[in-house]
Amino acid sequence: MNAARDPASIEIGPRLADQLALRGVSRRGFMQFALGLTAAMGLPFGMSQQVLAAIEDTTGRPAVIWLHFQECTGCTESLLRATHPTVESLILDLISLDYSETLLAAAGHQAEQALADSIERNKGRFILVIEGSVPMRDGGIYCKVAGKTPQQMLHEIAPHAAAVVAIGSCASWGGVQSAAPNPTGAVGIPEALQREGITRTDGAALPVITLPGCPASPYNLLSTVLYYLTLQKLPALDAKGRPLFAYGRLIHDNCERRPHFDAGRFAEQFGDDGHRQGWCLYKLGCKGPETHANCPAIEFGDVGGNTWPVGIGHPCFGCTEQGVGFHKALHEQAEVESVTPPAFFPEVFAEHPGGATLAGAAVAGAIGGGALVYAVSAGQKLKAAEAAESSAAAESEAR
Amino acid sequence: MTNMTEVYRPIGGRLLTRHFYFLAVLVLIGAYFTLRRFIFGIGDVSNLSDGFPWGIWITYDVVSGTAIACGGYAMALLVYIFNRGQFHAMIRVALLASAFGYTLAGASILVDVGRYWQLYNVFLPQYMNLNSVMLEVALCVTLYTLVLWIEFSPAILEAMRAKRALRFVRHALFFFIGLGILLPTMHQSSLGSLLIIAGHKVHPLWQTPIIPLLFLITAIAMGYGIVVFESLYAAVNLGRRLETDLLSRIGAIIPWLLSVYLIIRLGELAISGDSVYLWQPGLEPWLFITEIALFLYAIWILFDAKKRQRPTQLFWSALAVVLAGTLYRFDAFLIAYNPGPGWHYFPAVGEMMITLAIIAFEVMAYLFFVKKTPILAADS
Repeated sequence: MNAARDPASIEIGPRLADQLALRGVSRRGFMQFALGLTAAMGLPFGMSQQVLAAIEDTTGRPAVIWLHFQECTGCTESLLRATHPTVESLILDLISLDYSETLLAAAGHQAEQALADSIERNKGRFILVIEGSVPMRDGGIYCKVAGKTPQQMLHEIAPHAAAVVAIGSCASWGGVQSAAPNPTGAVGIPEALQREGITRTDGAALPVITLPGCPASPYNLLSTVLYYLTLQKLPALDAKGRPLFAYGRLIHDNCERRPHFDAGRFAEQFGDDGHRQGWCLYKLGCKGPETHANCPAIEFGDVGGNTWPVGIGHPCFGCTEQGVGFHKALHEQAEVESVTPPAFFPEVFAEHPGGATLAGAAVAGAIGGGALVYAVSAGQKLKAAEAAESSAAAESEAR
Repeated sequence: MTNMTEVYRPIGGRLLTRHFYFLAVLVLIGAYFTLRRFIFGIGDVSNLSDGFPWGIWITYDVVSGTAIACGGYAMALLVYIFNRGQFHAMIRVALLASAFGYTLAGASILVDVGRYWQLYNVFLPQYMNLNSVMLEVALCVTLYTLVLWIEFSPAILEAMRAKRALRFVRHALFFFIGLGILLPTMHQSSLGSLLIIAGHKVHPLWQTPIIPLLFLITAIAMGYGIVVFESLYAAVNLGRRLETDLLSRIGAIIPWLLSVYLIIRLGELAISGDSVYLWQPGLEPWLFITEIALFLYAIWILFDAKKRQRPTQLFWSALAVVLAGTLYRFDAFLIAYNPGPGWHYFPAVGEMMITLAIIAFEVMAYLFFVKKTPILAADS
């Protein structure tokens, strides 16, 4: 595709088709992947061609700098260990991932030099992905990379970024480290930037996209990146900076167990009859009713067949929602944000054969018979009226 | 338009007759079962199942009910699109029946939908699935119900002597009349489209990709049929003059519609090769033949200008049109519908009583309105 281009303009790798072949990805599989991501972004299917084109265009890839603060690297792991990692890591390759503490081949001063070079080369154009929270207590001494605290790194790097993606709950709102008593004073990236007063070099506010989740769904990162590559703008965000296409609705709204909630069928204990039947986990402390994420729609871990926490029988613990995940106890019942079902619940199953019963047939017959009687009597009256009319007409003619 | 100045008058007379009480009893019985449905669930009063989630509540109350309530739509087509002002005298009573038919069809959805408290989500734009036929039907029927009441409102406002509101409504009415013609065209065909999704569950004698068109044509024919039937039925039972001349002219439209319908339907069967199912054993060919026979009967009577002039012939042929259209819908949605082995459906007593109560309520409301508000054109 781009073989004739100046090699310097292609930052990563040779042709996409070669890479796909190298990794054993069929063209068909690749198309399906692109279609799936188009749907995940909430874009119309007609745009899948544009998405495809954006994936295939190897020029103009934004450089990405990936920083790790206080975290467990779970987000990176889940991104790399998805079931079809070939395609996912390909995307990772295709964004020009210039610096990532997990994936770098280089180490030590060489790595830090790569970071400095990339910032210099891509000033104002690179995307800064941050995984992990910022310890605000004691100047952030609880987390250091190359002798620098997260605060220092943010001051150095963030002003030059085009946008910041805070991946995972830690980066979005503090995550598990921010749970009481929060010994390091951990906060998410949006709050850290605000408290440190960090803006772009030109003084404009730095756009921050948060992708909470513990770990964040890899598809939400891929979709966000692709959205940017396809439309050259950031997706619509909610008040907490989360892309609406992924976090616009409550887990409860799309949950496959929702009908059980509405019908009052709850698992009361782990392993009880209702739990085995796949009933609603609300009473076991499921936070689905107050947590916004697309897990029920795209599931998790890429295994298919209802594999996401609620799907396999564990209550949602609200990892994408500040103040819910790691803050509320697992068994605590959620605040139901949407409509609650009526207090009266009908029986779970109404047993009836569905066929005609004697009473049913009798009522149907009575209705039919009654209608016939009414119709016939109206017919009779009409007949009389008709006769009267025609005799009147005959009389007036006779005169 | 000519003759737009006809006078409508309430016909007066006693409202609380023996029949009225009888209807009230039916409504009360239905109310009892409706209450049970909301306390003990749908399974308590109906025979609906996973195989037959749509029973008579959908097939009669919604699909047939709104088609029967197409009188207002059919008359509006005639008066406003084809500019036949001479029929304007009949439009109010047709609109009245339509308004009830649609309102109660909407109300019966509330009984039929399992999670009725979620229904409001249909109206939230962010949750709409624009590829859904069901959404189209839901929005269109709701909107049309509102439009019908607006179209009908001058009668109520006249009865209330609200002169200013009346003037205001009259100025805006043309817009709603336009909507009132557009919307039923959209959803009456969509009601047919619902069946396309059911695929092979619908017997091949009924299943066809052009079912939306067939539903639309029969709905219009049924609209004219019900206008004729209702007028004659009301005339003899309320002691009014027969409007045979006007009715025979409305009746004259029906056979043309039905002929087009039959040509399309039978032609489609012949072309697709599904006509072989006519020779197979079972109930379905007989149902099909009954439908066609009823349609042919109506065509035979109504094409004949002499027969058309006789009220009894008009009455029975109009009834045949309504019955045939209703049977067509029942066959396609219920009787010739086979969700697979092991499923049976015959409406339960409670289910039928709720539907009967809805019909009874419609008749009661009709009587109330024609007796108390200016609906029917004054006998000259």
